[in-house]
Amino acid sequence: MENNFLYNLFGNNVWFYLITIAIPLVFVLIYALIAILGELKIASWIQDRLGPMRTGWKGVLQPIAEVVKLIQKEDIIPANANKALFNLAPYIMFTGAFAAYAAIPFSSQFVPAHLNIGLFYIFAVGAFAIIGIVMGGWASNNKYSLLGAMRAVSQMVSYEIPIAFALLSIAALAGTLDLQDIIKQQEGGIWNWFIFGGNGSLIKILFIPFTISLFLVHFTSSLAETNRIPFDIPEGESEIVAGYHTEYSGMKFAMFFFAEYANMFTVSALVTICFFGGWQSPFGDFLNSPIMQSVWFVSKAMFFVFVQIWLRWTLPRLRVDQLMFVSWKVLTPVAFVCFIALSYWGLIK
Amino acid sequence: MLEKKTIDIDFSQVEAERMRVNMGPQHPSTHGVLRLEVELDGEIVTDVVPHIGYLHRCFEKTCENMTYPQVIPYIDRMDYISSMNNEWPYVMGMEKLMGIEVPERIEYIRVIMAELNRIANHQIAVATFGLDAGAFTPFLYLFRDREMILNLFEWASGGRLLYNYFWIGGLQRDVPPNFKETCLEIVKTVRKTNAEVMELLIGNKIFIERTANVGILPADVAINFGVTGPVLRGSGVPYDLRKVEPYSIYDRFDFDVIVGKGEMGTVGDCWDRNIVRMREMEESCKIIEQAVAQMPDEPKDVRLTVPKRVRPPKGEFYAKAENPKGELGFYIVSDGSAKPYRVRARATSFVNLSVLPVISKGYMIADLIMILGSLDIVLGEIDR
Amino acid sequence: MEAKEIYEKLLSKFDDGILEFKEDKTIDPYIKIKAEILPDLCFELRDNEDFLFDYLINLTGMDYGKDLGVVYHLYSMKYKHRIVLKVDLNRENPVIPSVEMIWKTANWHEREAYDMFGIIFEGHPFLVRILTPYDWEGYPLRKDYVTPEYYHGIRVPY
Repeated sequence: MENNFLYNLFGNNVWFYLITIAIPLVFVLIYALIAILGELKIASWIQDRLGPMRTGWKGVLQPIAEVVKLIQKEDIIPANANKALFNLAPYIMFTGAFAAYAAIPFSSQFVPAHLNIGLFYIFAVGAFAIIGIVMGGWASNNKYSLLGAMRAVSQMVSYEIPIAFALLSIAALAGTLDLQDIIKQQEGGIWNWFIFGGNGSLIKILFIPFTISLFLVHFTSSLAETNRIPFDIPEGESEIVAGYHTEYSGMKFAMFFFAEYANMFTVSALVTICFFGGWQSPFGDFLNSPIMQSVWFVSKAMFFVFVQIWLRWTLPRLRVDQLMFVSWKVLTPVAFVCFIALSYWGLIK
Repeated sequence: MLEKKTIDIDFSQVEAERMRVNMGPQHPSTHGVLRLEVELDGEIVTDVVPHIGYLHRCFEKTCENMTYPQVIPYIDRMDYISSMNNEWPYVMGMEKLMGIEVPERIEYIRVIMAELNRIANHQIAVATFGLDAGAFTPFLYLFRDREMILNLFEWASGGRLLYNYFWIGGLQRDVPPNFKETCLEIVKTVRKTNAEVMELLIGNKIFIERTANVGILPADVAINFGVTGPVLRGSGVPYDLRKVEPYSIYDRFDFDVIVGKGEMGTVGDCWDRNIVRMREMEESCKIIEQAVAQMPDEPKDVRLTVPKRVRPPKGEFYAKAENPKGELGFYIVSDGSAKPYRVRARATSFVNLSVLPVISKGYMIADLIMILGSLDIVLGEIDR
Repeated sequence: MEAKEIYEKLLSKFDDGILEFKEDKTIDPYIKIKAEILPDLCFELRDNEDFLFDYLINLTGMDYGKDLGVVYHLYSMKYKHRIVLKVDLNRENPVIPSVEMIWKTANWHEREAYDMFGIIFEGHPFLVRILTPYDWEGYPLRKDYVTPEYYHGIRVPY
């Protein structure tokens, strides 16, 4: 709390808490709008077309149009659906996605909740999304949704393991689970980021292959956590027509949508914190003021969001058993080996 | 002390219930109004029953009330993606029945139109196949090039998808002025995009994993089921009507018959069928280039040999041609009057679809979609 | 092999079942046979080394005005020759043995012939309608077909 600029501004009263909650929420909403626009436009440029051009200047007001459209749609609930679970599911998923923002540090002066088990907390809260998906799929009373939900559960649970190994390795390397400390250990410019081994002597060049493969493992598994292509079997689209959110319309569908985009940012943020220095500027102390730090952090995370969008529109999707094969037989062993190597490096550092 | 209760379950008798899922007439991946009743055991398909007839438009009955030239627009609407190829066997059959000899220029134009339509059809087939796999981008690349071909067709015949262009004894109207240059431009663009799509989609490791060793169709099963076209050639049988029984002027062109060799998996899997279509586009490009070079400029009147009144002698004839999807045949029975007695369309997709239950047993539901996409069916032909 | 040769070879084996052979300028050469010998003849055509007709291209139902009929178009992949078989059937009782076990192509073609003409194929594993709805009445492609007035309460001719 000491380092929180809001605390310094407001003192320990209710306004402080309200604004602390409001800032990430506003950020998520604005980011979601930008991400929707980004997805539409980037998809169009990859596909050699222009995308939305009519709403606003070159289509920038398109996301607002989408949100308005979704809000004013009729809320259809299937007759035999389990009403309580059906209504609750999207909000649980969004809660799970949004709860992770409590621990993400935007700069050295602002982290909504400075937990000393921040890394573990984000990983744990990410499991909420699975519950939301299963509830949505089961409560829809639709065979296709059920199929989608079952696939989602198996996929997300199996891909948590490589992520767990990756985060464990980072924890071993840094010696702490506190996100702000992990970032502080990567100060001093781009050479000190964990993807290049963290700060240490030149022996770390031996470990750079391990960090890079760990980064790739982590990023790939995160794609699976957020259900993006090539791992978007739960959403199916060509096979089971939108899977677990087939029966949702209007605001509830918008919630699933938002939750997916919020998850994308969380995952990108985690990758930047663990491997790319979080809010540290790549030039060391140059441009390292708190405001510039948040700019660095957001731009790095947005770059990874861009990579996720890019992959979605380029690659086909994997089949369910191939997905499982990749997780259990490829990513987990690689992550395990990297974990051993990096804990050794953490020891001798 | 409570007595411990034990429940004896004989696990060998417990049967997991098989789920019957309906991939209903409206579905993004069934390429039309096709209803598939799939019996699933978890994710494995144990049985598929296709239900067709949702697009039945009574084509054969209607033809008995139309005069012979009036049948041609109905034929277009059968396989609405490759209409030029549809019209050709019917027109050939009628010309043989009536003994009409068509001038060479007409034959060349027919060949060029048919091959362009073959390219357009294969573009759709590959694009929608990629779409079923989840790759959205090659779909748009291929459709962008297909627009060039459709523009040419609109310029020549007035319609983008349904043409009524081949008439008995000739064509509806002459080709537009810059026809030859436009054809060569199209060929150039198609080659470039195909190279891109090969890299982006066909050579992609994920795509190969999805399609190799999936839906294997052995050659003898294929012949027994009467399958034709790229599906048969993908199983290794080099049967192409343009080479085996050359009709029109196909014996003047130099092109290869593409056969699936099992490069990425086994012979006759989905990848083979797909690569046959990709490579056939290249062969069609070759044919178009040769035809454009050899095409004579006279006679300019394309309706020179179109008879004023189509009244064929009494007889019957089975006319066939190599459609992009396979062999399309028309069994025409005439009784000497101006209206046909019976027109039977032996549709390619009708026969190709009947092989689906056999080759999809034991695969997963995601594979079923890929197999259906690789068969390249269009419901207009199946239901007529 | 020419159609005439095929006809002569078959005549030596099935001389009482074969009714007619016609060859003309405006028709494809065909052999008209009786319905009873159809399965044996087809097995012969498919398996005999001289013929090897392994490909059933087309199976059509026909309405000749007085009788019904079925027309088979066969092709051989190896020898590349063709032949047409015709079978005439009584209008009141159009029953014919199925060739589905010989060429699996016939499965759907025979269902369509049943649907459109009412020809019953004996031995077919699943003879139900294929193009019209399963509970449609009447056989559409017969020359004396009258469209029903109502189908499940919907007025048919509009």
